[in-house]
Parts: sequence; C-alpha cells; structure tokens
Amino acid sequence: MPSDLSARHILEFPGGYTRTTGPVIGRFLTELRDGRIVGVRTADGRTLVPPLEYDPHTGDPVTGEYVQVGPAGTVAEWTWVTAPRAAHPLDRPFAWAMIRLDGADTALVHAVDTGHPKAIRAGLRVWPRWRAERVGQITDIECFVPEVTMIVSPVRTEYTVTPGRALTRFLEGVRDGILLGGRCATCDKVYLPYRISCPECGSPIEEERQVSDTGTVTTFAINNLPDPRAPEVPFVSAYILLDGADTPMIALVGGVPAHEVRQGMRVRAVWVPEAERTLSMTNITWFAPTGEPDAELEA
Amino acid sequence: MGNRCAVIGVGQTHYTTKRRDVSMAGLVREAALRALEDAELTFRDIDAVVIGKAPDLFEGVMMPEAYLADALGAAGKPVTRVHTAGSVGGSTALVGASLIQGGVHDRVLVVAYEKQSESNATWALSTHLPFTASLVVGAGGYFAPHIREYVRRSGAPAHIGALVAVKDRRNALKNPYAHLRIPGIDRAMVESTPMLWEPIRYLETCPSSDGACALVLASERAATGRPAWVHGTAMRSEPIFRAGRDTVNPRAGQDCAADVYRQAGITDPRREIDVAEVYVPFSWYEPMWLENLGFADLTEGWKLTESGATALDGDIPWNASGGVLSSNPIGASGLIRFAEAALQVRGLAGEHQVAGARTALGHAYGGGAQFFAMWIVGADKP
Repeated sequence: MPSDLSARHILEFPGGYTRTTGPVIGRFLTELRDGRIVGVRTADGRTLVPPLEYDPHTGDPVTGEYVQVGPAGTVAEWTWVTAPRAAHPLDRPFAWAMIRLDGADTALVHAVDTGHPKAIRAGLRVWPRWRAERVGQITDIECFVPEVTMIVSPVRTEYTVTPGRALTRFLEGVRDGILLGGRCATCDKVYLPYRISCPECGSPIEEERQVSDTGTVTTFAINNLPDPRAPEVPFVSAYILLDGADTPMIALVGGVPAHEVRQGMRVRAVWVPEAERTLSMTNITWFAPTGEPDAELEA
Repeated sequence: MGNRCAVIGVGQTHYTTKRRDVSMAGLVREAALRALEDAELTFRDIDAVVIGKAPDLFEGVMMPEAYLADALGAAGKPVTRVHTAGSVGGSTALVGASLIQGGVHDRVLVVAYEKQSESNATWALSTHLPFTASLVVGAGGYFAPHIREYVRRSGAPAHIGALVAVKDRRNALKNPYAHLRIPGIDRAMVESTPMLWEPIRYLETCPSSDGACALVLASERAATGRPAWVHGTAMRSEPIFRAGRDTVNPRAGQDCAADVYRQAGITDPRREIDVAEVYVPFSWYEPMWLENLGFADLTEGWKLTESGATALDGDIPWNASGGVLSSNPIGASGLIRFAEAALQVRGLAGEHQVAGARTALGHAYGGGAQFFAMWIVGADKP
C-alpha cells in the first residue's frame, strides 16, 4: 500500500571535500590568485589551458614550462543559460562558453556576461572580470565580458533661437490670420514667408505683400513614416503655391484621404480658432480642399 | 582650367551598414592607405590633404578635420575641409584638383567619409528649428514631391524607378566594395517593398553606409602609373528659395554640366562619354539626371532607362559600380562617383569595367538639389 511518508536527507561532507591540486594545477591556481592565467607546454609545443600534468593526446608528461596566456580570448562555442541556478557564477542569464585565450591551444570553459543572447557569438573577443579578493580558485575570474568596442558620446548643444526681423514680422501676420510675403521690386517676385533680401538678385526687399490663404498643390509626397507633427499615417506633405506668391510653402494637407490629393488641387488654410493663435505656424492646422476645379499645371 | 591634373591612386573601404571594427580615424586611414598603395606613395610624399564629409551632426564630431589631420599624415601640411552637403565628395575632389591645377602642389590626398552608424542621418536632417513648421522628414521626404512632378511632366510609366533599382543592384554584385548585395533582385521584388515616401519605395532608396574613399591627385610631372587625366571640373549652386526654381531640372545642374562639357570638348554627352557615375540616391533620379545632364531630351530620360541604354551592357552605362543606390556613406558618396569614373578610364574597374572606356563623367549633387559637382576624366592627356 503506497505511503505519503517522505523525509529530506542531505549528504554533504562537513567543511567540504579537499582537492589536492598537484604541482601543475596548483601552479595554475596560484597564478590565478595573483591575477595571471598560465598554461603549460606539451612536448610537441602546444599550450594547454587550463594546464594538465599530462598531454591528453599521448599521455606523456608535460614539459614543466609555464606560459602566460590571455588575459583576453575568443569565444569558440557557447550555450545560453536562461535561468541560472544557485551555484552558477552569475545571478542573471549568461552564456557558458569555450574560450580560447590568446596564446593557448585549448579552450577554457567559463561564464560570459553579455546581458543578452544576441550579444554573444563565436568569434566574440572577451576579457576576464577579476574578483578583487582572490583565493586561488577558477572563480577568481568572476566571468568573462566582451571587449570594449564602442562608447557612447553624448553631445548636446542648447541654443536660444530668435526668429529674426523678417520671420517675426511673418509670424505676427500668422498670429493675426494673414500670410505676409515680401516683394522684390527688381525681380517682381513675391517671396513667402516674408524676407528682407531677394535670394535671386540680393536686393533688399522693402515691400510687404499679403498673399491669400488659398492656393494650389503643385506637388506632394504621401508619407508612410510616422511623424509627431502629423496626425496620422499616411500623411501628405505638399508644396502649396499660395495665390499671390511666387514661392511655394511646404505644408500638411488634411481633410481629404491621402490618395485623393492631386497635383493642381485647390486648397485653403484651416486656421485654429482666433483665441488660440500664437506667433507660430501651428496656427494653421493644415490645408484642406476648397472644392474648386483643379488648377491647370505647367507642362 | 590651369595645369594638368591626374588621378594616380584610388582607395576604398568595403561599404557596409556598420563598421564596428574601426574608429573614424581607422576608417579614413584604410581608404587613404589603399589610395597611397595604388599610387606607390606614402604619406611623406603628399603635399596637402583635403577632407570632405557631410554635416558634422551625422557623427556629432565637430570639425572632424582637426581630429583627422594627423591620422592622414598631414602634420605640418595644409589641410582643408570641404562641406557641400551630399555633393561634398565631388567638391572635395575638385578642391584637391584645383590645388594641382593652380600649380600650388604636386601631390594631393583627397579623402571623404561617413560613419553613418554612429547616429541616424534622418534625425540629423530633420532637426526642426523653432518658428518653422517644415514637414520634411529626411531626404526621401524632401525628394519625393520632385519625383512625383517629374513623373507627371514626363508621363513616365510607374515601373521606371524599379528598373533603375534593379539595374544598379545587379551592377553592385560585380563590385566587391558595394554595400547592398541582393542576388536575384528583380522588378517584382522591388515592387513588393512598401512605399516609404510615395512615390518612393523602400528598395528605390539608397542604404545607410559606413565607408571612406580616397584619391591621390598628381600634377603632370608627378603623374605615375596609369593615370586618369582630369579633362574638366565644375561646381555650381543655386539658392533653394529662388522663385520659379525648377526642382525637377535644376538650373545649377544644367549650368554645371554645360561648363564641364565645354572644358572637356564634349558636345554630345551620350555619344562622347563612355560611362557615367551619377549621384542617384533614389532610383527616379536616373531619368531626371539623364535629362538634366543632357543625355536625353526633356521628358525623354525614362525612355533611355527603359531601353537598357544605361545598363552595364548598354551604349551609355550609368553607375556600373552599383552607384549610391548600392553604397551610401553620404560624405564619401560623391567622391566614390569621381573615383569610379577614374577607375573606369584607368581600366581598373574589375568585373564592372566598361570595355574600352576612355572618357567618364563623375557627378554629385547635394542639399535640396542645389549643389552640384562634376568632373570628366579621360585615359588620354587633355
């Protein structure tokens, strides 16, 4: 008849077993305690890391010649530990890896702390992270960590931006619900926004000229990449030639599905309510179709 | 045009998304040392260094020429930094050439680079100053409306852009330095990719690359090996806010082409130029520039593309190297065009060599299609 009777039983040699290291592994651990990693040479000139008292291929004794290796090495193979156990060297996910230290002919097993499995790969260069207090154990190396290959360099400049005389004048108009251009008397062209010199001939512009808030879409892009200044995706950014202006402005077209916008479409500015207007282009929400017939475009 | 100038060394890095194994200094040195090796020279032989790159905001290194001068062996020598937006690689070559043509120096090292992976170019190009409300998002957002206008004016069928995207990426498979390598690319693959900034599809745009390119320029008496001779150089710019500016067929581009053709004695570019490396970052710019540069009549450029004339085996190959559509370390992209033109007339373009190329055009443009730089190089002395 089955019984529920059970008891916990612990088998642990009090104080822990000892391991006599012998001269070769003893040397390896002694060097570790001093922050160095050594291997031992075999008769045929290979360097075993960690060292053994014998050549594992032939059974012959090793030479007794110790060689400092590493401390850096290259990951040969690895496996990812998603849920570390209590006895594992790290308390967060890490990789067990075969690491071939520089100057060694064999690989050493150790933990590699990359934070994420995508950050480890065969060929990754790693360096030991030493414990401050070392006792002569393989855990004197807490783990290996990737080489430094990149740093972050925060750059931040802060400006006080003033719009200047011409743009201030234009924005005053926008606050009052009008769009101000500047007419070059030499070229007979009306520039929008208002400016005080002509980009064509360099002459000063002295004449303010109010242009209409209606115009024609000359061309446009349908943007499928989101932008914080656009209400949705896709959005249309259009070149709009306002009636009375000779230079187009780039603005959002709204109130119409993106794929119904046409070159030649007649549009009008949609202003925010007067009480909400400031010295800013955000006073115009977007341009919406007027419903007039499309304008003729140049061939 | 001044004294004769020759390209005697070309060096490029392999273009890729992220060169995580080198610093900026290491990257430019890689190209510079390859160019010097090609010219069988060392830094000691160089009289002056000209460095070009696009906006400092791309890497956040302000005045990188100060940082890079000694990496390019320029200690105690004149160093000049050039910046003309996307056309800068071309302008950098032309500033270097002017130092030779003006008789100031005998050997000039020209280097241009971009390490785009250190930040994000679309961020850097869309900084949104206060008081303005520009809705332009990155270069694609800027150029898409002008492409739409080109399609309207020319009546080009919608698939022309895809043809260029396929042609240039197929060429890239023959260029060991090219970044985008898409075996089996075809029109269906391009047309299956999403519209980013309609009418521009994903595969009709250039990649974002890390890379550098370098040239060694020499005076006639310092020319060695198999040089490419400079037959003409021209730069033009135009104000972006000019009234009536034609953004589809910019006047600065027409004027720049007319100037460089006049210097090189070219009256019919399609017949007299054997191969052209033209700055085409969005596929539709091939037919647009075919017209702007006088290879085709207005509204007819797309027919040249469609006929296969601009393919590697066509009568006027454009971007045999795979072009900007295949490799785009922005600051270097213009210089790569100039370098590839030189490689073609030196007969050193490898698998993408156009057989018998004697005369080649290198072209770059930048900003809102407002800066242009061009040169004509030839196998023969001018």
